[in-house]
Amino acid sequence: MNSLKRILLVDDSVRDTEMALDALEQYHLANDVIALRDGEEALDYLYRRGQFSSRANDEPAVIVLDLKMPKVDGMEVLRQIKSDPKLKGIPVVVMTSSREEQDLIKSYQLGTNAYVVKPVNFLEFVEAMKQLGVFWAVLNEPPPESLHRPTGGP
Amino acid sequence: MPILSRILLVEDSVRDAEMVLNAFEECGLAQKVVHVRDGVEALDYLYRRGQFAEVPEGNPSVVLMDIKMPRVDGLEVLRQMKADPRLQMIPVMLITSSREDRDLVEGYKLGANAYAVKSVNFQEFVEKVKRLGEFWAFVNEPPPGGKRYLDDLTT
Repeated sequence: MNSLKRILLVDDSVRDTEMALDALEQYHLANDVIALRDGEEALDYLYRRGQFSSRANDEPAVIVLDLKMPKVDGMEVLRQIKSDPKLKGIPVVVMTSSREEQDLIKSYQLGTNAYVVKPVNFLEFVEAMKQLGVFWAVLNEPPPESLHRPTGGP
Repeated sequence: MPILSRILLVEDSVRDAEMVLNAFEECGLAQKVVHVRDGVEALDYLYRRGQFAEVPEGNPSVVLMDIKMPRVDGLEVLRQMKADPRLQMIPVMLITSSREDRDLVEGYKLGANAYAVKSVNFQEFVEKVKRLGEFWAFVNEPPPGGKRYLDDLTT
Protein backbone atom coordinates (compact mmCIF):
# COMPACT_ATOMS: atom_id res chain seq x y z
CA MET A 1 0.00 0.00 0.00
CA ASN A 2 1.72 3.10 -1.22
CA SER A 3 -1.11 5.59 -0.92
CA LEU A 4 -0.11 9.05 0.19
CA LYS A 5 -0.99 10.05 3.71
CA ARG A 6 -1.46 13.40 5.39
CA ILE A 7 1.50 15.29 6.84
CA LEU A 8 0.94 17.91 9.54
CA LEU A 9 3.78 20.45 9.53
CA VAL A 10 4.03 22.63 12.64
CA ASP A 11 6.64 25.35 12.35
CA ASP A 12 6.55 29.08 13.11
CA SER A 13 9.27 29.85 10.56
CA VAL A 14 7.64 30.79 7.25
CA ARG A 15 10.94 30.22 5.49
CA ASP A 16 11.40 26.69 6.85
CA THR A 17 7.80 25.79 6.05
CA GLU A 18 8.21 27.02 2.47
CA MET A 19 11.42 25.05 2.07
CA ALA A 20 9.75 21.95 3.48
CA LEU A 21 6.78 22.31 1.14
CA ASP A 22 9.08 22.81 -1.85
CA ALA A 23 11.02 19.69 -0.93
CA LEU A 24 7.86 17.63 -0.53
CA GLU A 25 6.55 19.02 -3.81
CA GLN A 26 9.65 17.83 -5.65
CA TYR A 27 8.90 14.36 -4.44
CA HIS A 28 5.18 14.65 -5.13
CA LEU A 29 4.43 14.38 -1.46
CA ALA A 30 2.90 17.81 -0.95
CA ASN A 31 -0.68 17.23 -1.99
CA ASP A 32 -1.88 16.45 1.50
CA VAL A 33 0.14 18.69 3.78
CA ILE A 34 -1.35 20.94 6.43
CA ALA A 35 0.99 23.67 7.63
CA LEU A 36 0.36 25.21 11.05
CA ARG A 37 2.29 27.99 12.74
CA ASP A 38 2.48 27.15 16.42
CA GLY A 39 1.67 24.63 19.10
CA GLU A 40 -1.70 26.15 19.88
CA GLU A 41 -2.86 25.66 16.30
CA ALA A 42 -1.51 22.11 16.36
CA LEU A 43 -3.49 21.25 19.48
CA ASP A 44 -6.61 22.96 18.08
CA TYR A 45 -6.23 20.84 14.96
CA LEU A 46 -5.72 17.59 16.87
CA TYR A 47 -8.58 18.26 19.26
CA ARG A 48 -10.83 19.71 16.53
CA ARG A 49 -11.29 23.04 18.23
CA GLY A 50 -11.78 26.59 16.94
CA GLN A 51 -11.05 26.91 13.22
CA PHE A 52 -10.66 23.12 13.01
CA SER A 53 -13.88 22.15 14.75
CA SER A 54 -15.39 20.77 11.57
CA ARG A 55 -12.39 19.00 10.07
CA ALA A 56 -12.67 15.38 8.92
CA ASN A 57 -12.03 12.73 11.56
CA ASP A 58 -8.99 11.07 9.99
CA GLU A 59 -5.66 11.74 11.67
CA PRO A 60 -2.38 12.74 10.04
CA ALA A 61 0.06 9.94 9.25
CA VAL A 62 2.83 12.02 10.79
CA ILE A 63 3.28 15.30 12.66
CA VAL A 64 6.51 17.12 11.88
CA LEU A 65 7.02 19.32 14.90
CA ASP A 66 9.36 22.25 15.48
CA LEU A 67 10.39 22.77 19.11
CA LYS A 68 10.82 26.51 19.60
CA MET A 69 7.50 28.14 18.80
CA PRO A 70 5.39 30.96 20.24
CA LYS A 71 2.31 30.38 22.43
CA VAL A 72 2.70 26.61 22.96
CA ASP A 73 6.10 25.08 22.17
CA GLY A 74 6.75 21.76 20.48
CA MET A 75 7.81 19.94 23.63
CA GLU A 76 4.45 20.72 25.24
CA VAL A 77 2.56 19.58 22.12
CA LEU A 78 4.59 16.36 22.12
CA ARG A 79 3.87 15.84 25.82
CA GLN A 80 0.13 16.27 25.31
CA ILE A 81 0.00 13.98 22.26
CA LYS A 82 1.96 11.18 23.90
CA SER A 83 0.02 11.32 27.16
CA ASP A 84 -3.37 11.12 25.45
CA PRO A 85 -4.35 7.51 24.66
CA LYS A 86 -6.40 8.72 21.69
CA LEU A 87 -3.50 10.61 20.10
CA LYS A 88 -0.38 8.82 21.27
CA GLY A 89 -0.25 6.45 18.30
CA ILE A 90 0.17 9.30 15.80
CA PRO A 91 3.84 9.35 14.76
CA VAL A 92 5.63 12.58 15.69
CA VAL A 93 8.95 13.64 14.20
CA VAL A 94 10.63 16.47 16.06
CA MET A 95 12.37 18.66 13.48
CA THR A 96 14.42 21.37 15.06
CA SER A 97 17.51 23.48 14.71
CA SER A 98 18.42 22.52 18.27
CA ARG A 99 21.39 20.21 18.68
CA GLU A 100 21.16 20.36 22.46
CA GLU A 101 21.40 16.96 24.06
CA GLN A 102 18.82 18.02 26.62
CA ASP A 103 16.20 18.54 23.87
CA LEU A 104 17.14 15.24 22.26
CA ILE A 105 16.81 13.28 25.51
CA LYS A 106 13.60 15.01 26.57
CA SER A 107 11.99 14.44 23.17
CA TYR A 108 12.78 10.72 23.23
CA GLN A 109 11.67 10.41 26.83
CA LEU A 110 8.34 12.01 25.96
CA GLY A 111 7.98 9.48 23.17
CA THR A 112 8.91 11.18 19.91
CA ASN A 113 9.07 8.70 17.04
CA ALA A 114 12.10 10.35 15.47
CA TYR A 115 14.28 13.43 15.86
CA VAL A 116 15.71 15.33 12.93
CA VAL A 117 18.11 18.23 13.19
CA LYS A 118 17.34 20.79 10.46
CA PRO A 119 20.39 20.95 8.22
CA VAL A 120 21.67 24.52 7.85
CA ASN A 121 22.66 23.95 4.23
CA PHE A 122 19.70 24.46 1.86
CA LEU A 123 20.26 21.40 -0.32
CA GLU A 124 20.80 19.19 2.70
CA PHE A 125 17.56 20.53 4.20
CA VAL A 126 15.66 19.65 1.01
CA GLU A 127 17.20 16.18 0.95
CA ALA A 128 16.42 15.50 4.61
CA MET A 129 12.83 16.67 4.15
CA LYS A 130 12.39 14.42 1.12
CA GLN A 131 13.69 11.38 2.97
CA LEU A 132 11.54 12.23 5.96
CA GLY A 133 8.48 12.61 3.73
CA VAL A 134 9.06 9.34 1.88
CA PHE A 135 9.64 7.48 5.11
CA TRP A 136 6.60 8.74 7.01
CA ALA A 137 4.10 9.41 4.22
CA VAL A 138 4.85 6.41 2.02
CA LEU A 139 6.84 3.64 3.72
CA ASN A 140 5.62 3.77 7.28
CA GLU A 141 2.35 2.11 8.15
CA PRO A 142 0.53 4.57 10.40
CA PRO A 143 -1.99 3.53 13.04
CA PRO A 144 -5.39 2.64 11.56
CA GLU A 145 -6.91 6.01 12.58
CA SER A 146 -4.67 7.72 10.06
CA LEU A 147 -6.19 6.05 7.07
CA HIS A 148 -8.83 7.87 5.15
CA ARG A 149 -12.23 6.59 5.89
CA PRO A 150 -15.73 7.77 5.01
CA THR A 151 -16.92 10.46 7.41
CA GLY A 152 -20.57 9.81 6.79
CA GLY A 153 -21.08 13.23 5.24
CA PRO A 154 -21.75 13.94 1.57
CA MET B 1 24.53 14.25 9.88
CA PRO B 2 23.98 11.91 12.80
CA ILE B 3 26.75 9.51 13.66
CA LEU B 4 25.45 6.00 13.37
CA SER B 5 26.39 3.34 15.85
CA ARG B 6 24.91 -0.10 15.25
CA ILE B 7 21.66 -1.26 13.71
CA LEU B 8 20.16 -4.25 15.50
CA LEU B 9 18.25 -6.49 13.11
CA VAL B 10 15.97 -9.00 14.83
CA GLU B 11 14.68 -11.46 12.24
CA ASP B 12 14.11 -15.21 12.36
CA SER B 13 13.76 -15.66 8.60
CA VAL B 14 17.19 -16.28 7.09
CA ARG B 15 15.89 -15.27 3.68
CA ASP B 16 14.46 -11.93 4.88
CA ALA B 17 17.57 -11.14 6.90
CA GLU B 18 19.72 -11.77 3.83
CA MET B 19 17.54 -9.48 1.74
CA VAL B 20 17.86 -6.72 4.34
CA LEU B 21 21.64 -7.15 4.48
CA ASN B 22 21.88 -7.10 0.68
CA ALA B 23 19.78 -3.93 0.52
CA PHE B 24 21.95 -2.30 3.19
CA GLU B 25 25.06 -3.35 1.29
CA GLU B 26 23.91 -1.10 -1.55
CA CYS B 27 23.81 1.96 0.71
CA GLY B 28 26.90 1.17 2.76
CA LEU B 29 25.07 0.19 5.93
CA ALA B 30 25.64 -3.56 6.02
CA GLN B 31 28.77 -3.37 8.20
CA LYS B 32 26.76 -1.59 10.87
CA VAL B 33 24.22 -4.38 11.23
CA VAL B 34 24.15 -6.90 14.06
CA HIS B 35 21.72 -9.69 13.20
CA VAL B 36 20.04 -11.77 15.89
CA ARG B 37 17.41 -14.42 15.24
CA ASP B 38 14.72 -14.08 17.88
CA GLY B 39 13.48 -12.10 20.84
CA VAL B 40 15.61 -13.98 23.36
CA GLU B 41 18.77 -13.16 21.43
CA ALA B 42 17.63 -9.54 21.02
CA LEU B 43 17.19 -9.09 24.77
CA ASP B 44 20.47 -10.89 25.49
CA TYR B 45 22.18 -8.50 23.07
CA LEU B 46 20.56 -5.39 24.53
CA TYR B 47 21.36 -6.46 28.08
CA ARG B 48 24.82 -7.74 27.11
CA ARG B 49 24.40 -11.14 28.65
CA GLY B 50 24.96 -14.77 27.60
CA GLN B 51 26.74 -15.00 24.25
CA PHE B 52 26.66 -11.17 24.03
CA ALA B 53 28.29 -10.47 27.40
CA GLU B 54 31.40 -9.21 25.68
CA VAL B 55 29.85 -6.77 23.17
CA PRO B 56 30.93 -3.15 23.62
CA GLU B 57 28.76 -0.93 25.77
CA GLY B 58 26.31 1.44 24.16
CA ASN B 59 22.90 1.06 22.60
CA PRO B 60 22.21 0.54 18.90
CA SER B 61 20.92 3.57 16.96
CA VAL B 62 17.82 1.69 15.94
CA VAL B 63 16.26 -1.76 16.28
CA LEU B 64 14.58 -3.21 13.18
CA MET B 65 12.44 -6.08 14.39
CA ASP B 66 10.10 -8.72 13.04
CA ILE B 67 6.99 -9.42 15.13
CA LYS B 68 6.38 -13.13 14.65
CA MET B 69 9.41 -14.97 16.02
CA PRO B 70 9.98 -18.14 18.07
CA ARG B 71 10.56 -18.06 21.84
CA VAL B 72 10.02 -14.33 22.52
CA ASP B 73 8.17 -12.33 19.88
CA GLY B 74 8.77 -8.76 18.75
CA LEU B 75 5.93 -7.18 20.69
CA GLU B 76 7.27 -8.66 23.93
CA VAL B 77 10.79 -7.38 23.23
CA LEU B 78 9.26 -3.97 22.46
CA ARG B 79 7.27 -4.05 25.70
CA GLN B 80 10.36 -4.85 27.74
CA MET B 81 12.47 -2.20 25.99
CA LYS B 82 9.94 0.59 26.45
CA ALA B 83 9.50 -0.29 30.13
CA ASP B 84 13.22 0.01 30.85
CA PRO B 85 14.65 3.54 31.20
CA ARG B 86 18.00 2.27 29.88
CA LEU B 87 16.49 1.04 26.63
CA GLN B 88 13.27 2.98 26.15
CA MET B 89 14.75 5.76 24.02
CA ILE B 90 16.14 3.43 21.35
CA PRO B 91 13.98 3.76 18.22
CA VAL B 92 12.24 0.49 17.36
CA MET B 93 10.83 -0.14 13.91
CA LEU B 94 8.60 -3.18 13.55
CA ILE B 95 8.83 -4.92 10.18
CA THR B 96 6.24 -7.56 9.51
CA SER B 97 4.98 -9.62 6.63
CA SER B 98 1.33 -8.74 7.01
CA ARG B 99 -0.53 -5.61 7.94
CA GLU B 100 -2.79 -6.57 10.79
CA ASP B 101 -4.73 -3.85 12.57
CA ARG B 102 -4.32 -5.62 15.90
CA ASP B 103 -0.51 -5.73 15.70
CA LEU B 104 -0.40 -2.20 14.34
CA VAL B 105 -2.49 -0.81 17.19
CA GLU B 106 -0.67 -2.86 19.81
CA GLY B 107 2.74 -1.94 18.37
CA TYR B 108 2.09 1.79 18.52
CA LYS B 109 0.48 1.46 21.94
CA LEU B 110 3.61 -0.23 23.27
CA GLY B 111 5.68 2.62 21.86
CA ALA B 112 6.93 1.38 18.48
CA ASN B 113 8.57 4.27 16.65
CA ALA B 114 7.60 3.08 13.20
CA TYR B 115 6.03 0.14 11.42
CA ALA B 116 6.69 -1.25 7.96
CA VAL B 117 5.10 -4.06 6.02
CA LYS B 118 7.45 -6.29 4.02
CA SER B 119 6.72 -6.04 0.32
CA VAL B 120 6.05 -9.32 -1.41
CA ASN B 121 7.79 -8.09 -4.53
CA PHE B 122 11.55 -8.55 -4.18
CA GLN B 123 12.62 -5.30 -5.82
CA GLU B 124 10.07 -3.28 -3.84
CA PHE B 125 11.29 -4.88 -0.64
CA VAL B 126 14.90 -3.95 -1.39
CA GLU B 127 13.92 -0.34 -2.22
CA LYS B 128 11.84 -0.05 0.93
CA VAL B 129 14.57 -1.44 3.16
CA LYS B 130 17.18 0.88 1.62
CA ARG B 131 15.04 3.92 2.23
CA LEU B 132 14.13 3.06 5.77
CA GLY B 133 17.76 2.25 6.55
CA GLU B 134 18.82 5.58 5.13
CA PHE B 135 16.25 7.43 7.21
CA TRP B 136 17.43 5.89 10.48
CA ALA B 137 21.09 6.07 9.55
CA PHE B 138 21.41 9.46 7.92
CA VAL B 139 18.37 11.57 8.80
CA ASN B 140 17.30 10.60 12.30
CA GLU B 141 19.35 11.78 15.24
CA PRO B 142 19.58 8.75 17.55
CA PRO B 143 19.21 9.24 21.30
CA PRO B 144 22.41 9.50 23.26
CA GLY B 145 22.80 6.02 24.69
CA GLY B 146 26.48 5.42 24.76
CA LYS B 147 28.75 4.36 27.53
CA ARG B 148 28.29 7.37 29.75
CA TYR B 149 24.53 7.01 29.92
CA LEU B 150 24.72 3.34 30.89
CA ASP B 151 27.37 4.06 33.52
CA ASP B 152 25.21 6.77 35.06
CA LEU B 153 22.40 4.35 35.57
CA THR B 154 24.32 1.39 36.89
CA THR B 155 26.23 3.28 39.58
